[in-house]
Amino acid sequence: MVEKLQQLGQRTLELFEKLGRSSLFLLQTLMGTLEMLLRPRLVIAQLHSVGVRTFLIIIVSGLFIGMVLGLQGFTTLSDFGAEESLGVMVAASLVRELGPVVTALLFAGRAGSALTAEIGLMKTTEQLSGMEMMAVDPIRRIIAPRFLAGFISMPLLAAIFSVVGVIGGHMVGVGLLGVDDGAYWSQMQAKIDFNEDILNGIIKSVVFGFIVMWVALFEGYDAIPTSEGVSRATTNTVVISSLAILSMDFILTALMFGDI
Amino acid sequence: MVEAVVNAKDVLVSVKDLSFSRGSKMIFDGISMEIERGKVTAIMGPSGTGKTTLLKLIGGQLHPQKGAITIDGQTVHELSHRNLYRLRKQLGLLFQSGALLTDMTVFENVAFPIREHTKLPESMIRSLVLMKLQAVGLRGARDLMPNELSGGMARRVALARAIALDPMMIMYDEPFTGQDPISMGVLVQLIRLLNDALGLTSIIVSHDVQEACAIADYIYLVSGGKVVGHGTPDELRHSDSEWIQQFMNGFADGPVPFHYAARDYAEDLVAVD
Ligand SMILES: Nc1ncnc2c1ncn2[C@@H]1O[C@H](COP(=O)(O)OP(=O)(O)OP(=O)(O)O)[C@@H](O)[C@H]1O
Ligand SMILES: [Mg+2]
Repeated sequence: MVEKLQQLGQRTLELFEKLGRSSLFLLQTLMGTLEMLLRPRLVIAQLHSVGVRTFLIIIVSGLFIGMVLGLQGFTTLSDFGAEESLGVMVAASLVRELGPVVTALLFAGRAGSALTAEIGLMKTTEQLSGMEMMAVDPIRRIIAPRFLAGFISMPLLAAIFSVVGVIGGHMVGVGLLGVDDGAYWSQMQAKIDFNEDILNGIIKSVVFGFIVMWVALFEGYDAIPTSEGVSRATTNTVVISSLAILSMDFILTALMFGDI
Repeated sequence: MVEAVVNAKDVLVSVKDLSFSRGSKMIFDGISMEIERGKVTAIMGPSGTGKTTLLKLIGGQLHPQKGAITIDGQTVHELSHRNLYRLRKQLGLLFQSGALLTDMTVFENVAFPIREHTKLPESMIRSLVLMKLQAVGLRGARDLMPNELSGGMARRVALARAIALDPMMIMYDEPFTGQDPISMGVLVQLIRLLNDALGLTSIIVSHDVQEACAIADYIYLVSGGKVVGHGTPDELRHSDSEWIQQFMNGFADGPVPFHYAARDYAEDLVAVD
């Protein structure tokens, strides 16, 4: 019993230590990010590997989710004779929720885990410490450009996801199920509000991008420098960022759309 | 008396009463050393005594629990982040593993510190890098990626990178491991040449008694967290300490333990963990 308590205490201490380390890490990264504005080339290279490589999976997923929304929405709406509103339903679901959330989850799985593994391996093979000895701060040179690139890509990817999703919904709703083409677009145009829907969606995706990048880069940087350590860090990235995204989504949704 | 002689030297790095432990394992227990400016100093000792650890302490990547290391009058572990990085620009460390950046070519690896710390035009960087690669005999390998190099080649590239910015001091961690006799000879000459022609200070960590004696002006023997002997290669060769004799000649029997600290062998075999 005493042993269990001791273990619990130890775990808690370790958790707080890790939180402390990760906050310091974030602070240093943010300071490094400012410097990156002067070295845009490093960021552009990372935009390619972080953003562009996630592009395809985002498009394919967006298309399928949009198609499913079109199908499900049509069945539900047609019960009330409100098929004309399919466009609003698809767009609102995507822009408010599914766009930012699903993109962030895919982003964590695709880009986040890759970043953790990359940084963790650089640590294991002493590349980071080699850089330190060459008087190059790895947080500025390696971490900061990746952070900035991820932070920029995430909202763009979420926007692309939503756009493709709306097209997917159109393909199924208008193309297959016979919803009126004009109604699909005009209702959407009339009911989707810039501030209420689009802006809030963008804010969500920005927050999620921040979370994923922070978790992924820190886990890599803090990984135990062994192959097992790196593999555990990679798993951590996916698990922690997914949970953080979903819980943060609830909080943000409550603040934005709830009357709490 | 020894103290008086030591003080007269021009000391670049001084290690004073340094203690360092990892967890409960004591690695250094109050060691002191003085590395003279302009000389090649070798640090030797059995595997696992903490030679690499010592280089990391000198480079400020680890902090001593007691004592201090001063380089050119600056106490390393007390420096601010900025000053530590300023100091490191003047140090080169050749890692035991090479520590090359795996996503860059050999050329880019050597160019890396130059690009990071200077604003030289591309043509100048090119000439500089090719010069350094020529010195280690790998100019022809400039377009290879680090994973296409052999262990010995990688270490030579790392050497070219360590000297890219003409530092005031270079620390070599096992530069001779994995080199064939020819490149070994070239490396020994190169290290000596760099040291004398550019007026550097060199610290070499090595197991290789022959090569280290051939190249070093002064040798420190470290074992069990202490300095067990120091002197010029000649002094050590003629030392009457049993320990030094064993290490310098590579005898299997003697006071130097080959085994990592453990309980009695026979006892261990019959024991149940
Ligand atoms: N990251 C670490 N965590 C815990 N202990 C370590 C770590 N790195 C090294 N050690 C321990 O510190 C001691 C010294 O290691 P170090 O690498 O400095 O030895 P070395 O003298 O360079 O050996 P070699 O000649 O084989 O390279 C070893 O006993 C090792 O077990
Ligand atoms: Mg070593």
